[in-house]
Amino acid sequence: MEIPYVVDERADTGLTNVKLGIWLFLASEVMLFGGLFSTYILLRINAIEWPFGADILSVPIGAFNTVVLILSSVTMVLCYAALKLDDFSGYKRYMGMTVGLAVLFLVVKSYEYYDKFSHGDVPAVSTYLAIYFTLTGLHALHIVGGVIVNGYFLGPGSKLWHANRQQFINRIEAAGLYWHFVDLVWIFLFPVLYLL
Amino acid sequence: MSESPEEVRDHIKLYWKIGIALLVLTVVTVAVSYIEFAVPMAILVALIIAGTKGSLVASYFMHLIGERKSIYWALLLTVFFFLVLIIIPILGHTDTYGVHKTMPNANAPAAEAHD
Amino acid sequence: MTTTEQAAHAEHGHEHAHAHEDLGFLQTYVFSVDHKVIGIQYAVTGLLFLLFGFGLMMVMRWQLAYPFQPIPIIGGLLGDTRAPGGIMLPEFYNQLGAMHGTIMVFLGVVPLAVGGFGNFVLPLQIGAPDMAFPKLNMASYWSFFLGGVVMLASFVVPGGAANSGWTSYAPLSVIATTGQTMWLVGMIFLITSSLLGSVNFIVTTVQLRAPGLSFFRLPFFVWAQLVTSFLLLLAFPPLEAAGVLQLMDRVAGTSFFMPSGLVVGDAALEISGGGSPLLWQHLFWFLAHPEVYVLILPAMGIVGEILANNTRKPIWGYRVLVASVIFLGFMSFVVWAHHMFMTGMGTTMSSFFQTTTMIISIPSVVILSAFLLSLYGGSIRYTVPMLFALAFLPMFAIGGLTGLPLGLAAPDIHLHDTYYVIGHFHYVVAPGTVLALLGGIYYWFPKATGRKMNDLLGRIHFWGSFVTINIVFFPMLIQGLSGMNRRMADGGLEYTMNQDVLVWNTVISWGAWGLALFQLPFIFNFFWSIKKGEEVGANPWNATTLEWSAPSPPPHGNFTTPPSVHRGPYEYNVPGVEADFVMQAEADGSQAEPAKA
Repeated sequence: MEIPYVVDERADTGLTNVKLGIWLFLASEVMLFGGLFSTYILLRINAIEWPFGADILSVPIGAFNTVVLILSSVTMVLCYAALKLDDFSGYKRYMGMTVGLAVLFLVVKSYEYYDKFSHGDVPAVSTYLAIYFTLTGLHALHIVGGVIVNGYFLGPGSKLWHANRQQFINRIEAAGLYWHFVDLVWIFLFPVLYLL
Repeated sequence: MSESPEEVRDHIKLYWKIGIALLVLTVVTVAVSYIEFAVPMAILVALIIAGTKGSLVASYFMHLIGERKSIYWALLLTVFFFLVLIIIPILGHTDTYGVHKTMPNANAPAAEAHD
Repeated sequence: MTTTEQAAHAEHGHEHAHAHEDLGFLQTYVFSVDHKVIGIQYAVTGLLFLLFGFGLMMVMRWQLAYPFQPIPIIGGLLGDTRAPGGIMLPEFYNQLGAMHGTIMVFLGVVPLAVGGFGNFVLPLQIGAPDMAFPKLNMASYWSFFLGGVVMLASFVVPGGAANSGWTSYAPLSVIATTGQTMWLVGMIFLITSSLLGSVNFIVTTVQLRAPGLSFFRLPFFVWAQLVTSFLLLLAFPPLEAAGVLQLMDRVAGTSFFMPSGLVVGDAALEISGGGSPLLWQHLFWFLAHPEVYVLILPAMGIVGEILANNTRKPIWGYRVLVASVIFLGFMSFVVWAHHMFMTGMGTTMSSFFQTTTMIISIPSVVILSAFLLSLYGGSIRYTVPMLFALAFLPMFAIGGLTGLPLGLAAPDIHLHDTYYVIGHFHYVVAPGTVLALLGGIYYWFPKATGRKMNDLLGRIHFWGSFVTINIVFFPMLIQGLSGMNRRMADGGLEYTMNQDVLVWNTVISWGAWGLALFQLPFIFNFFWSIKKGEEVGANPWNATTLEWSAPSPPPHGNFTTPPSVHRGPYEYNVPGVEADFVMQAEADGSQAEPAKA
């Protein structure tokens, strides 16, 4: 017996397995970052002095990275739309851009880390830097995960398109949901860490 | 699921608009941070803008608008526990026996003056 | 769309051909994606860890009964860093305590209850061919396995295993030896495993139910597993976050949980400070309280199945039970700080949490009452699984009722950190959950192997365990009420107030060793019955739920014909029907009443 609802939606729930699965995974991710945001708030109200993010971090670099991630989210949703239009080369183009922008984000982030480390601003210096490195580090790991997944669907994983189009679209939709979530987390991280 | 090509092309236009709105809001949030608000006000403004951006991403890029009810319920449950996780430790912080004392932070030069 | 469908069919045909290929030993038994094999892997690994964790405790019990006397038999093997001359060092006692808790909860009971029973039984009970994501399922088992290996390996690193209690309270855990880092890494593997598993369980339950199996026709066990999965899904990530933060504190020298001005061994710690030790407790108990329900709910599910089957009547109040389980799961997220009444938390918070704690006892009582009422008027068959299920009821009742004084802030001041707490939660988990899980093994063993376990050995196992396990845990309540503290390497020898209750230490220890003795018939029975047990057909217990419609043992893909469901889960002795029971998959007599709500 085959596992049902891999390709088509189940009639009464209106969902494919992978779509429900990815949303549940994202729910757990919300709780993961929730624990860290809770930590941030508690440390901040506990602190006698809390530094102003912009005094320590570079707002232009952070804003640039925000723009990069937003653009990658746009290209991600465009590659999904391209698949729906049966435009496989369009998909490849936009997916390539998504992966490229993600790598650009990581390069900029590494430069930022390097800059901080070389000035002696390591996590052990203060609770602000500690939570900054932990939150952005964990977020960067999520980006790395996204690059691996999206890179797979750009390369070897895209063979599925020729075998089973709907299943491939389902997978890209799930990958997209994950990627938009990573973008969404950054949308909150940027003001919280850089601007407040 | 199976939209017509015209619908998909309409969606693509919408995605670009949302993308542009997100970029504009990014500029706004950076610009606003240069205005010297009091801290609570600054937090409120920044979180409102971030919340708007976040809901745009969730509603349109993640297609939450028009998603199935079961997904809504799962997310509603998550949001509730997320709020519990954030709020209750803070309440616990404000509600303690005696006067809450924070020891001076080692890297806070103004700590002595504060007391 | 037609091209897509054709492509889909081509793909299906392709995969179908694969399924019939011989997979070889490794893919069939080790790196299997079949939920039944993975379930058995989980169950066996979980049982081995339970045995190991129990072994740690038996060594500790020697130290408590005969403090600082050489440990017999294994004392010489432990080495000078743990027990020079066979006499246990207090530091080693702390390691044993911390690892006993960790192993029993995270590597023993949860893998057996959720990973084992959930994986093996749940897809069968809902008529699914497998879990929704078989490869993910395999990944979660191996992530669990890796976590277990890291935990075990931590015993041999310098300084030994984690020694800050299974709760790993900061700042003690942050300044502890290397073993604590291994504990954190191990926990991150275990949490990842649970997260992947819970996503899989929820998707499987929602998506892969057989035609006709609506939510209110699900067996109670499936409901219990579904709620458990939601608890794992939403409560574990904050502990993962906390684990990452503590790892940062230990490895990168941050101060998330380290307050300013901390002095260790006459020297101020060189840290930035400004952190909050209470934060760890909040994040830890945000998981660990729902975790209690992760331990108990699958056990309740198993008991529900066994009771219905052996009373030969429907479970009393099926819908009430389901509602209670859902409410229980929901409330379990808002009671965690009743573990923290003694941390200086204010009266408002204490009042809030003791109120929610009292509220959460209501659904537990409802469930227990419904189980008791199920017995009334039933023609009870005292099979071995039924004995375990019946034992669960009073044991869980003692465990639950002794919890009430702990949930109220005022009596908790007296009872906090005493043996009373240990007695209370062990009554829930050991005589409660573990007995129910053992009953579940006797109940589903015929499904997994096609053979029944030996009845006489099962009865010896049951009565021996039931008596000895109470000798172990009841005296702890007495010791705790008299004020004896937990976590003392000499068993409280030095305190005048403990002198009257010290004698119980010896009694408990002999009880524990006796309990170990009575597991031998089970271990023998388990392996012997795989080869030599009485052969049985698809439905040896005359049960109604879907797993008994599949052959024993079920083949790859589970069902010979895709099942469809025509009635509720517990149609035993339905009025107006000739047969003693009507299976869910039976089509005729569709005008029979639905299972009584």
